[in-house]
Amino acid sequence: MSIPVWAQVVYLGCAVAFILALKGLSGPRTARTGNLIGAAAAVVACALPFFYLDDMDNVVLILVAIAVGTAGGAYGARTVQMTQMPQMVALFNGVGGGAAALVALLELDEIAGTGLDLGWFVLAATAFTVFVGSVSFAGSVVTFAKLQELMTSRPVVFPGLAVVFAAALLGGLVLSGLLVAEPAIWAGIVLALVGLAFGLLLVLPVGGADVPIVISLLNAFTGLTVAAGGYVLSNTLLLVAGTLVGASGTFLTLLMARAMGRSVANILFGALKGGSTLGSGEASDRPVKSAGPTDAAIMLGYADRVIIVPGYGLAVAQAQHSLRELVDVLGERDIKVDYAIHPVAGRMPGHMNVLLAEAQVPYEQLKEMDEINGDFKDADVVLVVGANDVVNPAAKTTPGAPIYGMPILNADDAKQIIFMKRSMRPGFAGIENELLFDEKTTLLFGDAKDTMSKLVNAVKAL
Amino acid sequence: MSEPVVWLTVFVLSVFVGVEVISKVSSTLHTPLMSGANAIHGVILLGAIIVTAHASGVALAVGLVAIVLAAVNMVGGFMVTDRMLQMFTRKRTPKSTGSAEKGAAA
Repeated sequence: MSIPVWAQVVYLGCAVAFILALKGLSGPRTARTGNLIGAAAAVVACALPFFYLDDMDNVVLILVAIAVGTAGGAYGARTVQMTQMPQMVALFNGVGGGAAALVALLELDEIAGTGLDLGWFVLAATAFTVFVGSVSFAGSVVTFAKLQELMTSRPVVFPGLAVVFAAALLGGLVLSGLLVAEPAIWAGIVLALVGLAFGLLLVLPVGGADVPIVISLLNAFTGLTVAAGGYVLSNTLLLVAGTLVGASGTFLTLLMARAMGRSVANILFGALKGGSTLGSGEASDRPVKSAGPTDAAIMLGYADRVIIVPGYGLAVAQAQHSLRELVDVLGERDIKVDYAIHPVAGRMPGHMNVLLAEAQVPYEQLKEMDEINGDFKDADVVLVVGANDVVNPAAKTTPGAPIYGMPILNADDAKQIIFMKRSMRPGFAGIENELLFDEKTTLLFGDAKDTMSKLVNAVKAL
Repeated sequence: MSEPVVWLTVFVLSVFVGVEVISKVSSTLHTPLMSGANAIHGVILLGAIIVTAHASGVALAVGLVAIVLAAVNMVGGFMVTDRMLQMFTRKRTPKSTGSAEKGAAA
């Protein structure tokens, strides 16, 4: 079954469109067009087989399956809250990896059935697709469960984890070897099961704060899986598209890991070595200074320079609209206000920008970490709303803390800090924040949305 | 050149293109970029359609499951990315004209 030349040319066009799509997505002005180009290319590519495959069976069933998947994906995409974006991306990624693994299993069944000798290279690519696709599927499901808080976001480790982990990896390699020597469907199925187990073991020990990096890594895994699947099916478009995503995803993962001051190996295997001290996840009862909205309003209303540090808790409470109102009111009092955005604020890199864009916060007020970190020492007040780990000085002062080495926003340099918090519960990384006990810090307890509107009214009343 | 080497060439060149095109991305766009790239690998739907085209019995059932999963990945991925990017552009356009006017007035 060879692909006609005209179809190969169209595939080439789609591959070029994917490159343009990625390029578009990396610039703010071109992003939306880029995404639409990618979508159009994907639709064209998927329509092609209907035109060049001879005597295609199952056309109706295939169309029904596409319709079902389309409806499911569209429903998820339309209804998901912006706060839940990370788990949505993880889920979409996981099903893609699962689909690739199934495609490779079917192809293996075909190869085993016909007894054709396709050479070890094709079989190795098949084994790779089955294994890594399964890893990506299982890993993404665990990531989803962690982010959706269906399970604990803290690292899950058990004695002998490292041994089981190594055994699963070794098992995967041995089965792949068997599969290359003798293409048999049972080996493929067992390989898929081992892949699923390995995916679980890979992500379970990863702590909550590092989950965003894992989403990106698994995204790259699925890309490479699709690329290998493209080789198995002799389809250049799948090879190019998968490789593009695999390469850019790997690059993005490294970029993010660097933003967090961690190595990818440390994120994945840190807990396995038992090197990091894990957060207790419990609140302490040390004394803190707290105040009501009126006191906080006075501190903010008579400042010259205010910096806001928004975090995931802000979006969970849906307080971003009230926050924008507060910033507008402060602006009317000629106070210079900026938002300091940590690269991993929210639950995935760049997530906070999406959440604030939803509240129509002017783009110019959003300052990246490197841009604003020097300004904190001149700030009269820093207002931390629903953020925690990204201003935790433990990242600078406590070797052994799970977030040690992560660059943070220098909120502790400011003259005063107002911490808006629902409770003393630690952040996603599960570690206590020394900044809460700093004498410059005032805590403002309560639901972020409720407290924020009280704060807005109090500032207006000044 | 033997077949595998041709494929390897395409693979290696694609790696460089993949890294090159996103090397200048600002951290503002990390989430949509990840989501958009995620949607692109949903094109495995194409592979799922090809292997299901002549399948029967258990293989057909497995193939249909693969098609459903891949379609969720592809369609959901592109749609959710567009939803995010829509918010970025919606407020950006009036904002830029607004600040321009303010600048002229000052």
